[in-house]
Amino acid sequence: MALLNVNHLKVYYPVRGGFFRRVIDHVRAVDDVSFSLNQGETYGLVGESGCGKTTTGRTIIGLIRATAGEVLFEGTDLTKLNRRQFHAYRKDIQMIFQDPYSSLNPRKRVLDIVAEPLRNFEKLSPQEERKKVQYVLERVGLSAESIYKYPHEFSGGQRQRIGIARALTLNPKLIIADEPVSALDVSVQAQVLNFMKDIQQEYGLTYLFISHDLGIIRHMCDRIGIMYRGRLVEEGTSEDIFTNPQHIYTKRLLSAIPNADPRDRSKQAALRREVEEEYAQAYSHYFDENGRAYPLKPISPTHSVAIP
Amino acid sequence: MEKQPLLEIDRLRVSFQIDGDYYAAVDDVSLTIGENEVVALVGESGCGKSALALSIMGLHPPEKTKVEGCLQFKGTNLLSLSVSELNRIRGKEIGMVFQDPLTALNPLMTVGRQIEESMDYHLRLSGAEKKKRTIRLLERVGIPEPEKVYHRYPHELSGGMRQRVVIAIAVACEPALLIADEPTTALDVTIQAQIMGLLKELQQQMKTSIILITHDLGVVAEMADRVAVMYAGEIVEWADVDTIFHRPLHPYTRSLLQSIPSAQTKKERLHVIQGIVPPLHKLPRRGCRFQPRISWIGADKHEPDPKLREVEPGHWVRCTCYQHFYFPDDQTVGGVGYGAS
Repeated sequence: MALLNVNHLKVYYPVRGGFFRRVIDHVRAVDDVSFSLNQGETYGLVGESGCGKTTTGRTIIGLIRATAGEVLFEGTDLTKLNRRQFHAYRKDIQMIFQDPYSSLNPRKRVLDIVAEPLRNFEKLSPQEERKKVQYVLERVGLSAESIYKYPHEFSGGQRQRIGIARALTLNPKLIIADEPVSALDVSVQAQVLNFMKDIQQEYGLTYLFISHDLGIIRHMCDRIGIMYRGRLVEEGTSEDIFTNPQHIYTKRLLSAIPNADPRDRSKQAALRREVEEEYAQAYSHYFDENGRAYPLKPISPTHSVAIP
Repeated sequence: MEKQPLLEIDRLRVSFQIDGDYYAAVDDVSLTIGENEVVALVGESGCGKSALALSIMGLHPPEKTKVEGCLQFKGTNLLSLSVSELNRIRGKEIGMVFQDPLTALNPLMTVGRQIEESMDYHLRLSGAEKKKRTIRLLERVGIPEPEKVYHRYPHELSGGMRQRVVIAIAVACEPALLIADEPTTALDVTIQAQIMGLLKELQQQMKTSIILITHDLGVVAEMADRVAVMYAGEIVEWADVDTIFHRPLHPYTRSLLQSIPSAQTKKERLHVIQGIVPPLHKLPRRGCRFQPRISWIGADKHEPDPKLREVEPGHWVRCTCYQHFYFPDDQTVGGVGYGAS
């Protein structure tokens, strides 16, 4: 059984206007999205800014209320739980945030930052707590003395590892990583990505990896969902998406990635022109009259595309 | 490379004041930018690439910055000019595109007014001529319905459109040199592809040279003619783009290329450069600055006072350590990578 099933998830925001500020329309931030995560895999949610990928992640962890749909975590629908019932599941789902500079409280010591989840869930003595914090910090490659330091004393990569340590303290089953490396330099980025892979193996973690960077997505993810305007337009294994993209939006996204070989410049430019032309011509074929993508249809056991 | 240099940077050193002492953020940088050429400055944050660009524009606060060396632009040394003389050049002969289009634009001014501002300063044009020229410019940078956008405010435009406006401002007076500081970093990939296409097109049409500052090697591979790789304020490698990507020599260039996840191919592990870039006031002032980060290469392999040397025509490398450099096996790389403190 899948660890997480997201079924027909919708997050709508009302648009008010006119007389009495009535609801005249909705912004469909997440519009009927379904996917599932298997135990131990990394699922990548990709798309450009405003496509709803972050909203999806935050809804799963309960930071945003779903308008409709289900989030089944080990079979329990999280959207139907009340605060107290949800509390029990908070332990199992943790989040790594994008910006290590704003996601760590500058006035707290590393000990207090990393121990915060522990204090919410487990009653430990200060000694036990310190031991546990030191243990996870060592796991992420920070020295045991760093518990008495403040976030500003660390570099960007180290801060992101503190963020990861905080997410790890409660031995979660699912980690939602929302652009975990986009604020970091390339060499530090490599360090954090390698590390995330290592702890995944060690703890058997499942990742929902949200990113706009297709290079990182290809490196990290087993399966990928491409989002556009609140809907999934294509889903498949990393191989399906990168070597056999079917939806015009996926093709456009892939052709826009800068090619890392200067010798392929003209080839890449030609490909881009070709895809742009196809995009202009075939747009109406891939989207209905309201500009919404069609529901996903399987074209192979692993690969689904939003086509009519 | 038989192009006439448009800008010649000679032994430039830019130092900032920290606690009363000056520390060089850009050290011993010599470069030439030819006519109609795209030169990329690549490196991670803190390597001095933006400090270098800002010194060409004379935008460092003079009371806290020391700029030494020579910046020869079309035969005049920019560093010897007074502010009013410099004002005749920047904005007209040298244009600049900033990273974040939202902060680069004035939110209280219409798009048209902002583009006309530099024309007011540098060109003598009547109101009608200015407007005509501005609308033509907007059209040229690919903005649909330029007559309407002329009257709009920045907040009414999308990120990609704003960056097009910033580019329109930079090229309003048809500069000979355009400095683009991370022009696509704040944008989505599809928009990034469009902006890169636009810059390339303008460069070819207007015969402009571009200094492209970026940390994104993909953008470099697509745009640049020649590339200067910077580390800790120095140029460590300087060559044409094909050499940098296919025959890089300096350990930093090679490590950087190994550490990027690529959408074209899948590798199991990424290379991690061990350690961190030291802060400006703790930089080693003698010896190879990259030495602490490739500690498995013996100290005797480095030069005591590394210089940028031409190892083959047009290919410059700093320090001799590249001759002995190799990647350690994966195990050790992973191990030392995390142990950084």
